[in-house]
Amino acid sequence: MDILVVGLSHKTSPVELREKLAFSEEEVGKAYSSLIDYQTVREALILSTCNRVEVYSWANAKGKECIISWLEKERSVPKDALLPYLYAYEGEEAVRHIFRVASSLDSMVLGEPQIVGQVKDSFEIAMNLDATGIILNQLMKKAVSVSKKVRTETGIGGSAVSVSYAAVELAKKIFGALEKRKAMLVGAGEMAELAAMHLVSHGISGFLVANRTFSRAQEMAESLGGEAIPMEKLSSELTGVDIVITSTGAQEYIITKEMVQRAIKGRKMRPIFFIDIAVPRNVDPAAERVENVYIYDIDDLEQVVQENRKRREKEADRAEVIVEEEVGRFMGWLRSQEVVPVIVSLRSWCQDIRKHELEKTLARLKPSEKEIEALEALTSSIVNKILHPPLSYIKDAASRGEGEKTARMIKDIFALEDRDEDKDRNARK
Amino acid sequence: MDIIVFRIAAFFYMVSAVLYVYFLFRSRPGISRQAYLFLLLAFVIHTAAFLIRGVLAGHFPVTDIFESLSIFSWMLVGGYLLLEWRYNVPILGSFVSPLNCLVLLAASLEIRSIRPLSPVLKSGWLYIHVVSSFLGEAAFALAFVVSTVYLLQEGRIRKKQLGGLFLRLPDLNQLDELNYRLLTMGFPLLSLGIITGALWAQYAWGSYWSWDPKETWSLITWLIYAAILHGRMTVGWRGRRAAVLSVIGFGAVMFTFLGVNLLLPGLHSYSSM
Repeated sequence: MDILVVGLSHKTSPVELREKLAFSEEEVGKAYSSLIDYQTVREALILSTCNRVEVYSWANAKGKECIISWLEKERSVPKDALLPYLYAYEGEEAVRHIFRVASSLDSMVLGEPQIVGQVKDSFEIAMNLDATGIILNQLMKKAVSVSKKVRTETGIGGSAVSVSYAAVELAKKIFGALEKRKAMLVGAGEMAELAAMHLVSHGISGFLVANRTFSRAQEMAESLGGEAIPMEKLSSELTGVDIVITSTGAQEYIITKEMVQRAIKGRKMRPIFFIDIAVPRNVDPAAERVENVYIYDIDDLEQVVQENRKRREKEADRAEVIVEEEVGRFMGWLRSQEVVPVIVSLRSWCQDIRKHELEKTLARLKPSEKEIEALEALTSSIVNKILHPPLSYIKDAASRGEGEKTARMIKDIFALEDRDEDKDRNARK
Repeated sequence: MDIIVFRIAAFFYMVSAVLYVYFLFRSRPGISRQAYLFLLLAFVIHTAAFLIRGVLAGHFPVTDIFESLSIFSWMLVGGYLLLEWRYNVPILGSFVSPLNCLVLLAASLEIRSIRPLSPVLKSGWLYIHVVSSFLGEAAFALAFVVSTVYLLQEGRIRKKQLGGLFLRLPDLNQLDELNYRLLTMGFPLLSLGIITGALWAQYAWGSYWSWDPKETWSLITWLIYAAILHGRMTVGWRGRRAAVLSVIGFGAVMFTFLGVNLLLPGLHSYSSM
């Protein structure tokens, strides 16, 4: 038995194939019953997002083959179309893989925060359906906690890696909370609208929308929960807004230095932040010299994003170190799990003998309460003392990675019957 | 006795400063917490040193430059502890703490044992005069730190360098508000200090105002801060301008406090002997 992951991701496969393989939530629920056969595949978890479809399992040596043909049947995609894009990791590599995935080290956008939520959700579904057991439960819990550790100890999710988000982040560094701030959107454009949406979702209190065509302005004002104003009023309204997003197709500056100077004076030098997404630019760069005015054009923002990306990559190196540490720790736990059944059966075998023999003796002697207690203590202590060296030997062997071999040997020596398998199955139920 | 306790406090102030400076470069929340606790510990010990000296001397210990610097440091730290408790801006500690160490260094160069109080200083006005002046100056010192951080952060935003420190420093709005709030606290205290000083001067020297260098420079300082606050309320001197002026104002405070004592002889100079 080993931890196994079979799947494909944005790194290995085209989106068309991922779409075909992707599981919806209901499909996942139904899929587990045909996936888990308790022989080859004992525990399983399906992680299906738009960037990856992966099946994690606790399976024996035939697991990989079994899961691939299951995927083929379940998703009706021929094996030949599947195989070139699939990857499969076993044991330590599989553990590393899920830790990296959950920590967003394998994401399309490095450090994006959604993936850990998706891992959590998939885990919850699988757990509720009893698809996971001792091993995968521990693995997934650990993956989530590793992700948390990576997030708090490194700056991997630190700064914005999209232009619109970088603009919002900047606004917050200038104004603090955005709740009492007003913004203005001049012109339309996908990126400008996105930045406006971000501002709204960060609680900005009002939006003015100006556009060459007034009806378009009204439309956008409605979707942003703002107010449309005619282009002519732009200059006078500038006094009342803190953040201005511009993205018109105008060939000359529509916001001049004089306009900005007047606005700043009118608002008693409260700062204004211009986000100029237009090319060519809409705001005269000379206006930047006005006190308490900040202007970021598209190039500035792109550069900020570039630097943030680089920073995340640097932080990713630190994250890998954390992941590596945690993989080591988890493997230690996993190895110790290999010998848990044999330890349990060795213990219970000895206890059975002790109890049996004790009962026989007690029946003959008819001792007092106190004597019974003394005999109980005596026999228990003999059993424990004898068991101590072999148990530590087993545990040591497990941590060296020789758990399975040792477990077999102990079973042979003590003629322990093969009841660990049944126990495992009972524990599941 | 009091000096040993003072040195122990100084030691913990240093520990705290080292941790705070480390925190500036490595943002681990645990470090700032430890730095804060060390600062608090040092502050408590410092308070004890102060009380001991007061009891041993039999009067409020603000009569020489060591005692003055010591109480200034005490108020600066006390003010910061309140600020941190109220606004949770540990990064400011990375600036206040080293500044405090400079004050302590200056103080320890001037360590004096207790001397009998010169009769002219035996007056109730002395305490009000000194305490309100120093409280005002501590508020201005904090405003200076906040403004320095403002200028640092504003420079980053202006130069579009949004790496490391930018992410850790507070937002401009908060810094600007803090600066304003500290100035509005410092100004009335300084005014009170000057007025009670004049009253005391009348009692001790027989004249309310005698244009001694310390008085002159206090007045200059007062005028600078009056101008900052006036400018802010009428035409909106905020942001960078307010920060620059606050830094200049603190320069005047420092000169009034130290420069006058060290460079210009006058009536106040018994405190530097």
